[in-house]
Amino acid sequence: MPGFKGFSAARGEVFFKTTHGGEWSCASCHTENPAAQGKHAKTGKLVKPLAPSANAERFSDPGKVEKWFKRNCNDVLGRECTAQEKGDVLTYLLTLR
Amino acid sequence: MLNYYPEFFRRLAVAALILIGTMPAAHAEDEQDGAVYGKFGRNRGNLAATVQANDNWKTECGSCHIAFEPGLLPTESWRKIMGNLDKHFGVDAAVSEQVNAEIAAFLANNSNNHWTEETTPLRITETDWFKRRHGVRKIPSRAWEDPEVKSRANCAACHQQMERSHFGIKQR
Repeated sequence: MPGFKGFSAARGEVFFKTTHGGEWSCASCHTENPAAQGKHAKTGKLVKPLAPSANAERFSDPGKVEKWFKRNCNDVLGRECTAQEKGDVLTYLLTLR
Repeated sequence: MLNYYPEFFRRLAVAALILIGTMPAAHAEDEQDGAVYGKFGRNRGNLAATVQANDNWKTECGSCHIAFEPGLLPTESWRKIMGNLDKHFGVDAAVSEQVNAEIAAFLANNSNNHWTEETTPLRITETDWFKRRHGVRKIPSRAWEDPEVKSRANCAACHQQMERSHFGIKQR
């Protein structure tokens, strides 16, 4: 990746918690603390914790990760997330206690 | 008093017995095994019971809201929903083509066309039968405003065994 300077958990955290032109941020459903149980912003359906520290299944299935990035980035950003953005977010989530 | 008006009390007792005896028939609708029986036992079709749940349906359709039973909508409605999953009530719910085909087939095979619909509503809450069974006379409007309920799409707020295709209601 040209100009790649590594992934940053700090950047990932900011990305996770801000809105990106729409109504929702990642935190809208996954909450400000991804290790906590989340809740769908529209339906109220409970969402299991996103951080692997709280939910060991997370990120174990690459197909599932891609599927949800594709959907949710479309919802939150109106486009696909770049590899940089995905990497940052994953780094943030993987380092959460 | 019984001595003074024996005839009256005898008749009162008979009337009470008749009333109690005919009460079950007075029930407008009865739900058994997921099938809805109208007056005089008329079978109105199995509204929601599915023969066998499909894993993909359960997983994909149940990730953001409760997986709505195929029997809750007519075939054509499901076809429309599955054809526009990337624009699913404001969100992207798309699945792979293969999974889409599998879920679409499952929904179509278990959909319910017994309730005649003139249009093909996309929302279960817009179907005639839903409006009839959840009308203002049956459910006060303030029930929908209860924060525990939140919306008409939150079936599980009252139908707590929906996951087992059982639509008996738990009183709130």
